[in-house]
Amino acid sequence: MISLAHTFRSLALAAVAISTFSAAAHARDITLLNVSYDPTRELYQEIDGLFAKEWKDKTGDNLVIKQSHGGSGSQARSVDNGLDADVVTLALAIDINTIARKSKRINADWESKFAHNSTPFTSTIVFLVRKGNPKGIKDWGDLTKPGVQVITPNPKTSGGARWNYLAAYAWTKEQPNATEETAKQYLKDLYSHVPVLDSGARGSTLTFVQRQIGDVLLAWENEAFLAQKELGQGQFDIVVPSLSVLAEPPVAVVDKVVDKRGTREVATAYLNFLYTPEAQRIAIKNFYRPTDPSLAEEAGKLFPALKTVSIADLGGWDAANAKHFADGALFDQIYLKK
Amino acid sequence: MTLLQKQYSVLPGFGLTLGITLFWLSLVVLIPFAVLFGWASQPGIDGFIKTIGHERVIHSLYITFGSSLLAVLINVVFGVITAWVLVRYSFPGKKIVDAFIDLPFALPTAVAGIALTTLYAPNGLLGSLLMPLGIKIAYTPAGIVIALIFISLPFIVRTIQPVLEDLEPELEDAATCLGASRWQIFSRVIFPAIAPALLTGAAMAFARAAGEYGSVIFIAGNIPMVSEITPLLITAKLEQSDYEGATVLAVLMLLISFLVLLLINLIQRWNNKRNGMN
Repeated sequence: MISLAHTFRSLALAAVAISTFSAAAHARDITLLNVSYDPTRELYQEIDGLFAKEWKDKTGDNLVIKQSHGGSGSQARSVDNGLDADVVTLALAIDINTIARKSKRINADWESKFAHNSTPFTSTIVFLVRKGNPKGIKDWGDLTKPGVQVITPNPKTSGGARWNYLAAYAWTKEQPNATEETAKQYLKDLYSHVPVLDSGARGSTLTFVQRQIGDVLLAWENEAFLAQKELGQGQFDIVVPSLSVLAEPPVAVVDKVVDKRGTREVATAYLNFLYTPEAQRIAIKNFYRPTDPSLAEEAGKLFPALKTVSIADLGGWDAANAKHFADGALFDQIYLKK
Repeated sequence: MTLLQKQYSVLPGFGLTLGITLFWLSLVVLIPFAVLFGWASQPGIDGFIKTIGHERVIHSLYITFGSSLLAVLINVVFGVITAWVLVRYSFPGKKIVDAFIDLPFALPTAVAGIALTTLYAPNGLLGSLLMPLGIKIAYTPAGIVIALIFISLPFIVRTIQPVLEDLEPELEDAATCLGASRWQIFSRVIFPAIAPALLTGAAMAFARAAGEYGSVIFIAGNIPMVSEITPLLITAKLEQSDYEGATVLAVLMLLISFLVLLLINLIQRWNNKRNGMN
């Protein structure tokens, strides 16, 4: 009797074990962590839901994508210092380069892993002005007119704001008879019209929209649309300058993390999904410019065409950083009295 | 004063508690500081001097410590009055007012900064009243002082309050009987009694104010050479992945704060001696 009961019990246990095991083999639970910068919250929320559904249909696995948002530079630092992100989607390439160089958790060739320098959607820098554009601001040259106040964040504390600064620089360098000296003079002039230098982009948006300070806000196009839509319906106009910068917020798989967690396949599929027409449409909805040429017409209805200069045209991030944003470089110089 | 006694106490457990204290202090304070100093020593003396010699750094130090000092001085005056009122008078709602004092402790500093900016911005409740008088608070160095007053007030009130509570009103009655004027009672009886606590509170408030980042960032305007504080420069350096530069500035701030605290301690000691205490 005793042995019979014993056999029975082990059989039951084995059955339980097998059933648990087979259930696990059928549908695994996978989590991915996407570490991103501030204004992409709504964008990725929508994309993540869609991708999780597609992944479930394809593999049967339950995928949960967690998002983390913050300033691009501090997010990069967290991943660099050990935050286990499977993918990073940041505001500028230099933040991903930092991770690739310091902790080497991302392989150095990350930029070539996905199309368009690993940038699934782009944006540009535009002007947000008060309703009816009372100061008549049309282009960068109007920003330094007497009595015009410009709101833009500090490019040394806000990665995203470096695009604003570089857009101004790119424009002034395209002017007739432009030299480094005239460019410096223009930037000095421009930043002397900035009464509040917030530490981040959302801070600047608040200063302009809520505190009603300044005549023009230099902003990412998606932020300008969002401010217009959510913060002040009909209170603001968007002015597109004659020339701006092509803001490229790139994406990358964090190699060390996906290899450790065994999530390389799903992480890569996730970033590839950003290039599909569904995801690109969500990007348009969130006011990012798509890179898929088949959506150009659709995007053209929302975004006016403009001449853009890319970071590659400006010599790449390393050169731009050394020239403009390093300690004692151009941005520091324009604030010194002499 | 028993804290200063050097002989072993008759109380048991000295070895154990000292061990725990040292372990805990090392874990929470000393090890992080050692790492900080380690990082800061990497650029060497030349690098250190080069980093702190920047015009903008020097100006930011002036702004940071200058506005902290101003905020603390203002709080010394109003903090003493506040503590006095809370200890010596009873009025309806006193408990609630007393609880208000701690709010700056509890509020996330960023929230404080945004709230103060909303209030003092040119279109804000107070800012719009001050604007016609030509007074600008938000986005000027004055805004920094306002934020620092806000966050450092509880340090001063809370250190004086218990001392005032222990101060017997009979002493003042006695002084009155001996013919002292009200001012004499304050300056000769009350002030010497609260002075040590006031100095301690002021020192804590000053140290706290000098390191404040969250609330100041929103109200300062952060214009280089005008309203830029040193903690912002530290953040800027971190953003550039210049960890050494950031720690150099951090260590410099620590050294300055340390010197100020040391100075206050010396004043304290001198004051105690002069009053025949200890």
